[in-house]
Amino acid sequence: MSTIGMSLKSEFTPPGPADFNLPPIGPDRTFEFLGQEMYLGVTKPMLQLLLAAGLVFGFFYLASRKRAMVPGKLQFVGEQAYGFVRNSMGRDIIGSHDFMRFVPYLFALFFFILVNNVFATIPGIQFPTFSRSGMVYGLALLSWVIYNAVGIKKHGFVGYFKHQSVPAGVGGPILLLLVPLEFLSNIVVRPVTLALRLFANMFAGHLLLILFALGGEYLVLEMAIQYAPVGILAWLLFIAIAFLELLVQFLQAYVFVLLNAMYISGAVSEEH
Amino acid sequence: MQTVILRAAEEEHSLNPVIPHPIEIILSLVVFAILFWLVKKFVVPSFEKTFAERTQAIEGGLAAAENKQAEADARLAELEKQLADARHEAARIREEAREQGAQIVAEMRQQAQAESSRIVEHGKAQIEAERQQAVTSLRAEVGTLATGLAGRIVGESLDDEARQSRVVERFLAELEGAR
Repeated sequence: MSTIGMSLKSEFTPPGPADFNLPPIGPDRTFEFLGQEMYLGVTKPMLQLLLAAGLVFGFFYLASRKRAMVPGKLQFVGEQAYGFVRNSMGRDIIGSHDFMRFVPYLFALFFFILVNNVFATIPGIQFPTFSRSGMVYGLALLSWVIYNAVGIKKHGFVGYFKHQSVPAGVGGPILLLLVPLEFLSNIVVRPVTLALRLFANMFAGHLLLILFALGGEYLVLEMAIQYAPVGILAWLLFIAIAFLELLVQFLQAYVFVLLNAMYISGAVSEEH
Repeated sequence: MQTVILRAAEEEHSLNPVIPHPIEIILSLVVFAILFWLVKKFVVPSFEKTFAERTQAIEGGLAAAENKQAEADARLAELEKQLADARHEAARIREEAREQGAQIVAEMRQQAQAESSRIVEHGKAQIEAERQQAVTSLRAEVGTLATGLAGRIVGESLDDEARQSRVVERFLAELEGAR
């Protein structure tokens, strides 16, 4: 941010990936990874990750602790939130016979992602944790491991890959075409799309907000006076987009967990 | 303008956001694993227990309500039966009373009739007896009178007609005087 602040005086520098590479708290040590220079140290998104986990657990622990028959406000909200993931993503998609063993995972995942996404809008934080691709890759990797593991456990190693790659009711030479495609889409591509969808949405949304904020600022403060209304307009749009982002934050968390549930459901289903 | 693009391109080259920070991968996994464990251990069982208890409470409440309803129904049926019995009993008693009343009236009537006929009989018998007595006494008197008269007629001389009629006249006058 500071680099942009300095460049404002001369000319407008559009925000870019550098704005997401926040320096660590403390000394700016770096290390090399895959041809990239990385900061070594505790950064803001790392703290956000911890904060989100703490908030999610803290809230639901308090909400679930009382176990009153007639719930109070806190317990009611907690139960509704839990029931939403449990029923609409767990039971309705995985099926009522063995969804319960996935509910803790889906539940923790949904609110973990949601809170981290909403951090992009919370004043004082205003940074989406999952605009850092590494954070998302971890979760996508985990979901890839989970749905494949439960599938292999259910169908056996060969049986599972057959289950995922060979579509039911198809025979003959068309299988030559379908099997690689199915394998690719069900085993290889899923974690990538899962990760990129969340990461790119958070990244792009935040980038857009920075652009509107800084662009508006530049138009109002640095350019001739006749450009000022355009800058104001940019700020108004910033507010509108911030609200749109709230929707995106929720939707991306929802989609990520929904797809997880669907992948698990597909992996453990009897018929493809 | 060109310098801006150049700088942007440079930045783009030097920083690829898709390439992950390795510590972040590990950190996100570790943090999520801890959250998952905590949620699985403390939150989900608690919620599930609450849901189960609530379901049970509701079902128990429904069962209790059903029991109460059944009990109330039984009670009501019993009371209705009692009421019907009581009504029946009342009707029976009323019927009996009416019958008894009718019987009493009939008896009374019979008694009265018997009494009246008895009184009438008695009267008749009395009258008969008096009549009989009168006839008897009359007969005796007439006999006496007739004998007296006959004696007198016989005692007097019956040759003269004037005498004869005088005797009769006298007899009748005596009779009149006796009355």
